[in-house]
This record gives sequence, C-alpha cells and structure tokens, in this order.
Amino acid sequence: MSRTADSTPPAVRRRRSLNAPSRAVTAATYFWLAVAAVALLFPVLLTVVGGLLPEGRLDSSPPELFGGHYSFGSYATALHEKVVPLLPAFGNSLFVGLVIMAAHLITSCLAAYALVFVRTPLRRPVFWLVMATIMVPYEAIVVPNALFVRSMGLENSRWALVLPFLANGFGVFLLRQAFLQFPAELRQAALIDGCGHLRFLFSIVLPAVRPSLTALAVWSFLQGWNMYFWPLIISSSNNSMNTLQTGVFALQSNEGTQHALVLAGVTLTLIPTLLLVVFGQRWLVRGFMAGAVK
Amino acid sequence: MAEAAAVHSSGPPLSRRARWSPREAALGIAFCLPALAGLGVFVVFPLFQAVFLSTRSTDINGNPSRPAGWSNFSALFTAQFGDVLLHTLLFTLFVVVVGVALPLALAVPLAQRLPGMKVLRTLFTLPFAYSASAASVVWLLMLDPSMSPVNWLLRLVGITPPGWTTESPWALLTVAWATVWVVGAFNLLVLGAGLAGVDEEVVEAARIDGATGGRLFVSVILPMISPSVFFAVVTTTLSALQALGQVQVMTDGGPNGSTSTLVYSIFNHAFENGNNDYGLASAQGLVLLLVGIALAAVQFGLVERRVHYT
Repeated sequence: MSRTADSTPPAVRRRRSLNAPSRAVTAATYFWLAVAAVALLFPVLLTVVGGLLPEGRLDSSPPELFGGHYSFGSYATALHEKVVPLLPAFGNSLFVGLVIMAAHLITSCLAAYALVFVRTPLRRPVFWLVMATIMVPYEAIVVPNALFVRSMGLENSRWALVLPFLANGFGVFLLRQAFLQFPAELRQAALIDGCGHLRFLFSIVLPAVRPSLTALAVWSFLQGWNMYFWPLIISSSNNSMNTLQTGVFALQSNEGTQHALVLAGVTLTLIPTLLLVVFGQRWLVRGFMAGAVK
Repeated sequence: MAEAAAVHSSGPPLSRRARWSPREAALGIAFCLPALAGLGVFVVFPLFQAVFLSTRSTDINGNPSRPAGWSNFSALFTAQFGDVLLHTLLFTLFVVVVGVALPLALAVPLAQRLPGMKVLRTLFTLPFAYSASAASVVWLLMLDPSMSPVNWLLRLVGITPPGWTTESPWALLTVAWATVWVVGAFNLLVLGAGLAGVDEEVVEAARIDGATGGRLFVSVILPMISPSVFFAVVTTTLSALQALGQVQVMTDGGPNGSTSTLVYSIFNHAFENGNNDYGLASAQGLVLLLVGIALAAVQFGLVERRVHYT
C-alpha cells in the first residue's frame, strides 16, 4: 500500500488531499453541526410540537414530545383566553406591522426622492439630520414619547402603538442609496419628454428599485411585529391593546404552568417571521445589511 | 452637454447649475415633510424634552413637574447605577463575543460543499424568527425545573443544575444566552452571506502555499469576510445594548437587581410598579445616548480601519 502511495506524483497527491477534506475532518464537521443543531434547534422543536400536545404532557423532565395525541386545542384556547385573548392581539400585531411598513415606504420614498431627484433647498442638512436620527437609540427618548402620546388621550387606540414609528431614518437612507444608483440619463430623458415628478417616481423609479422596496418592507414589518418596549408601556393598563409579543408575556405570567398553551401562543408570534426566515432569506439579508454597504 | 457631464460627475443625478424653480422647491419640501415631521416630533423634539425632563422630579400626581436640580444626575454616580452599568457591560460583552463567535464556528463548516449543508443553513437560522419576548418565554420553559431538558441532561452527567433565573451569577448569563440564541441566528445569515462571497481561488491558492486549518482561517478567510464580521459586531452591540424584553420577561431585573441593565433600569424607573420617576429615567436615557454615540464613534473610527473592503 505504501509503495503505491509513494509512486503517486507528489503534486497530484497534494491536490487530492486539498480538494476533498479527509474523512476524519468531514466526520468531525458533521458531529459538531449535529451537536449544535440539537442544542440550538431543540427549543424550536419544543415550541412547534409543544403547542400541539395536550396540556400536562410537558410536565416531565425531559418533556415527552413524541407519540402523543396532537391537536390545535391549545391554539383555540390561546386565541380566546379569558384574560389575555391572543386573537385581538394577533390583529393588533398585524395592524402595527402593516401600518409601520406602509408608513415607512411612503415617507421614505417621498423624502428619498426629494433628496435625490428634486432641487430641494437644504438637501444636505436635511440628509444629515435624517442620518443623525438613526444614531438615537429609541430607549433614550421613550420616556418623553410615552408622556406625549399619553397626554394626547390615545391610550385606548391602536394608533398609539404606531404613532412614533411612522417615519424612519434608515428607510430614507436605504432608498436614497437605491435612487442614487439610478441612471441620470433616464431622468434627463424623462424631463425632455415632459414627464412630471410624480409620474417619473411612480412609473419609472419605483419599479426599478423594487428589490430595495421589498427589503425595506420586510425590515419595517419585522420592526413593527417584534416591537416590545413601546407596546409594553402603552398597553400596560389595557389588555385589549396587547400585541402578540406583550400578549405572550402576559400569558406566560398568568398561565405559566400551562406549558402547551404558552407554546401555542409563542408559535402564533412566529407565523410571519418563520415564513420570512424560511422563504425570504435573501430579502432579510439585503434589508438588514443594506446599512453595511456603502 | 455640460449639464449631462455635471450629472455624471456628482453623485446625485441633478446638476447644481440648473435653474432653481420655486415650484420644484415647493415639491421637494412637500415630499420631505412627512418624514421630517415624523422624525422631528418623535425623535428630535423628544431629545430636547429628555434633557429637560432629566432636571425634573415627579409630583404626587405622577407628573414630572417639580424642579430637581442636579439630583437625577448625581444619582448616576451611585454604586447602584454603577452596578447597572456593570451588568450592561457584562451582558453586552457576552452577547457580542458568543453571539459572533458561535455563528462563525457554524458558518465556516456550513459554507462547505457537503451534502445537507443547504438544509442545515436554513435550519440554523430559524431562531431568528423569534422576537425577544418569544425567545425568552421559550428559554424560560427550556430551563423550567418542571420540564427542563437542560437540567435533565446535566443531572445525567451528575451536575446539579442551578436556579437559572433565580441565582445571582446565572441569571445574567441565562438572559444573555437567550439573546445570543436569536442574534446568533441572524449573524449566521450575515456571516454566511460574507463567506458565500469569498473567492475560492484565493483560498485554494493559499492552500497550495501550505496554509491549513486555523492559519488558513485567521490569515485568509477572516480578512476576506471582515466587513461581515464588522457588521455583525456593530449590530449585535447595538441590539445587546437596547435589550429589554429578555430581562423583563425572564428575570424582571432580579434576583436582587443582578440582571438590571441600562435599558431595563430606564423602563423600571419610569414605568414599573408605579415608580413614575421620569426624571431619573430620562437622565439614564441620556447616558444610553452617549454610550451609543461613543460606541458608534469607536467602532467606525478604530475598527473600520482594519476592515478589508474589496
């Protein structure tokens, strides 16, 4: 055996060992990934399967996830729970996510367009002001905002959940970057053809930057859907103002011993986000990383 | 023609030399107005309000109307607030170090062309679907004494599991781990995208020159994906600094304040248990603002110089 190995030309032998990692390395790789998968993905399995199990099956350590009788009973209970019903919370979360998404798209498109294609006075200072707002951590200004929104008497309105988030500096930045890529000749040609700003924006610019719009839409929806601090303080006195995120916490603190019920609630919060993670990864990466690319 | 040339040379496809028309200026202002109004009313104005509020204390009606002088700021130089800053620092350090290193250790093998990697890549990003509160609730159950699979495993190897959320050094670690679990999955997405862009010929050339294993990773691959690593570090630092849901859901700052971080402290002083101490919370908010700006300056000033953009 050793003689055949020696007779192989050294260059060829080296190449082979480079391109295909040795079996031991491959086995170690799979072993590490398997261990990590069990540790990191068991909570996901627990969430999805646990919510389908009858109450009480999860009271042993370790929980018995398999071989049970699966049903959506806990979901029905969670949606119509007496103290913290998650059905209205689901509606509120959708409202928050969709309104913030639509508002970001509208305010960012208009502002970015004005900063790139229109001779707006003070374009530079306006742009830097917008960029500066990105640097402000929301938690630093949450107190004045809460006092302000409460003083407006909106405490029982869904609009209180979204009001401070209708404009976003990152959205303006993202779309400005996209608009700057736009060929200048097209604007010139459109002007010569007598195409006004509104028509140019809606029929030429926006269709051309659709990937950026999708990325912003996904990013904004997730911001709204996952929001926690603001709904927590605005809905604190009123359970009908819960979003799914605060609702799941309320469910956990009220009915913490009913594990299946709580897990069904958690699964409800995952419906849109899990779909995005599985089917929309390219938008996630593009949207969230847009800030990193100059 | 001169106009067209000017358009090409400057970034925005607009020439400064073109005539300025009041109609166009009005349109530009109208288009900027919705965004500027939203940001002005809910970001810029509140900043000034926060400065004002930080000099107030709360009256018996729960309104921040009494002048407080410097008392809210002198409260920032107490041992109690020192502890809050220490918890914030430890929490952020753990989340950034583990939340970037762990996905890196997964992203590198997952980037190989081996069977099953594509499916595994998607599976490992699933935790990113969890919000802070959803992840916290699930990890509370993962560590709940009545069912904890983690405790079961520890007992199996003869270790008595600690009170994960009720004992002092463990609680902060538990909260940080729940955070790592979510941001790590996002960072895996980021680092995976970076690794997918690595030029395989360069790696192959380095291998032929004799670089292997750790050396290959540190000297060749890591520099090539440094923009992704940098981005992951920046976003992870910011999200760790701003974490509230994890702390509030899992420990509510306890035991004995040992998981009280800066943002939790803001929340607690202003909004929990009828504290209504908006002045102190605003002063702490200003600290957060300064920390955030300082971090941004350090990260972009120092770190970005070492990042290799190709």
